[in-house]
Amino acid sequence: MTATRAPRRFNRNAVIAIYRFEVHRALRTLIQSLVTPVITTSLYFIVFGSAIGSRMHSVSGVPYGAFIVPGLIMLALFTESIANASFGIFYPKFTGAIFELLSAPVSPLEIVLGYVGAAASKSIALGLIILATSALFVPLHIMHPAAMIALLLLTATTFSMFGFIIGIWAQGWEQIQLIPALIMTPLTFLGGAFYSIDMLPPAWRTFSLFNPVVYLISAFRWSFYETHDVGIGVSLAFTVGFLAICAGVVAWIFRTGYRLKN
Amino acid sequence: MNDVQAAISIRGVGKRYASGHSALRDVNLEIRKGEIFALLGPNGAGKTTLINIVCGIVTATEGRVFADGHDVARDYRAARSMIGLVPQELATDNFESVWDTVSFSRGLFGRAPCPRHIESVLADLSLTDKRNSRILTLSGGMKRRVMIAKALAHEPRILFLDEPTAGVDVELRRDMWALVRRLRDRGVTIILTTHYIEEAEEMADRIGVIDRGSLILVEDKVTLIEKLGKKQLIMQLCRPLPEPPPGLDDWGLELRAGGTELVFTYGNRPNIDLSALVRRLGELSIEFSDMRTHQSSLEEIFVGLVSRRT
Ligand SMILES: Nc1ncnc2c1ncn2[C@@H]1O[C@H](COP(=O)(O)OP(=O)(O)OP(=O)(O)O)[C@@H](O)[C@H]1O
Ligand SMILES: [Mg+2]
Repeated sequence: MTATRAPRRFNRNAVIAIYRFEVHRALRTLIQSLVTPVITTSLYFIVFGSAIGSRMHSVSGVPYGAFIVPGLIMLALFTESIANASFGIFYPKFTGAIFELLSAPVSPLEIVLGYVGAAASKSIALGLIILATSALFVPLHIMHPAAMIALLLLTATTFSMFGFIIGIWAQGWEQIQLIPALIMTPLTFLGGAFYSIDMLPPAWRTFSLFNPVVYLISAFRWSFYETHDVGIGVSLAFTVGFLAICAGVVAWIFRTGYRLKN
Repeated sequence: MNDVQAAISIRGVGKRYASGHSALRDVNLEIRKGEIFALLGPNGAGKTTLINIVCGIVTATEGRVFADGHDVARDYRAARSMIGLVPQELATDNFESVWDTVSFSRGLFGRAPCPRHIESVLADLSLTDKRNSRILTLSGGMKRRVMIAKALAHEPRILFLDEPTAGVDVELRRDMWALVRRLRDRGVTIILTTHYIEEAEEMADRIGVIDRGSLILVEDKVTLIEKLGKKQLIMQLCRPLPEPPPGLDDWGLELRAGGTELVFTYGNRPNIDLSALVRRLGELSIEFSDMRTHQSSLEEIFVGLVSRRT
């Protein structure tokens, strides 16, 4: 009897349970989850779009206000994906509730699908809300909607995976903040969200080419306006490569029980 | 394998934590299907470590564990889906409601949603009227019950209760005992740890004692009390005696309380004829004003066992 009822192959109910639980948490804290980023985006538009945009006609043939939209969405996607996913797995570690996950008949893949899937969904929802908000400020048009959605999915998944790793690695709340503040924020601000890297002096331009975020923002902006600082293929290859590295690290974490099991 | 497969089979399990501390050494134990097994031992003996190894929370350094024949490491899906765990520490997401957190547990263990089962679990634990409360707002005893409800949400066949009655009032403790018995009646195998010996005495079919990482004894509760427990007949004498009466040498009596009590210890000796002793006392004109018997409790046995090793 017990043998037949055990989830033999794929524990779908567990994935759904984790996913729902995580999304439910976001709904419970709807204000922090959605309203705050919308306000932040609006502020960016007021400060960058209106103040700077009024002195700057266009970048790469795109009005400045519209030019910064893809960068803003990407910015939100990075930070929210990392924050959601790292919090999602760190919190049960912090409360001790992780024991249940460790004692459940779930595979690493199912755990990742649940937690990373929920975190990615939340940041995609947020990205779309920011997109809708920006439409109130600037005229938008998206040349390659399918590519845009695909890039949204890929980026959200990749950075949620990265956040998931941070959440497992972190042993305190400060460490949760550490990597986003120390690495992600500078990389994003130097990543061409608010300018085209063609506008930089040659030395800085070369330097920027080592910044992975440049590739992501450039590809995403291409899906809107067909403008690009760097090649789309390179951008894609980079993102997929980073996702593969994150997946490898996650597999290693579960194989060794790193910071999960004693 | 034997025809009646053990619910849990622990073979040669050892655990050394990263700190270098050796928490378990070569533990071998078979838990029978449908029994209530009490694991006793002082603080830090390794009870929680052993339970956590069976449940997949701690990785054993050596040895293997089987749940109903399934290796808990290799065939973890099959093994874990039949096990429920109520941990020693209360640990849940405080901001969720009771209903949501219990439903979550059911899903996590691979079972399809079943509101009727969740309702009956909550009713069993007198949590029905708290179903929509956030866990944050519950008292400690209620939180403990929520942890039990979570463990029962997926209808486990084997249930681990790590100190289920620590910090729980008398009434709730009786409720829990009743619940454990009901579960056993439904065929659930139960392994519990406790520091309340009377709890083990009241509930358990068999008892295991762990001390400093070694399982030093596993015994049927009744046998344990018989084997290690002392039974004594204590007679209050009318006149104190200076020394044990010579005519009673073959009974091995001792004098206590300044010669006012005559004590006969007969433990588990078979075919004891107490009336013969009383007749003999009459023949020797030893008069007594009162007599009582005393049987050592599990607690006395346990304290004796553990202190003997130190
Ligand atoms: N994560 C850990 N790292 C290092 N040592 C540990 C760890 N967890 C437990 N120990 C040690 O292992 C030993 C056994 O601990 P365990 O929690 O299994 O004891 P216990 O019998 O459950 O005790 P109690 O009755 O207090 O709950 C203790 O000495 C404890 O300090
Ligand atoms: Mg313990």
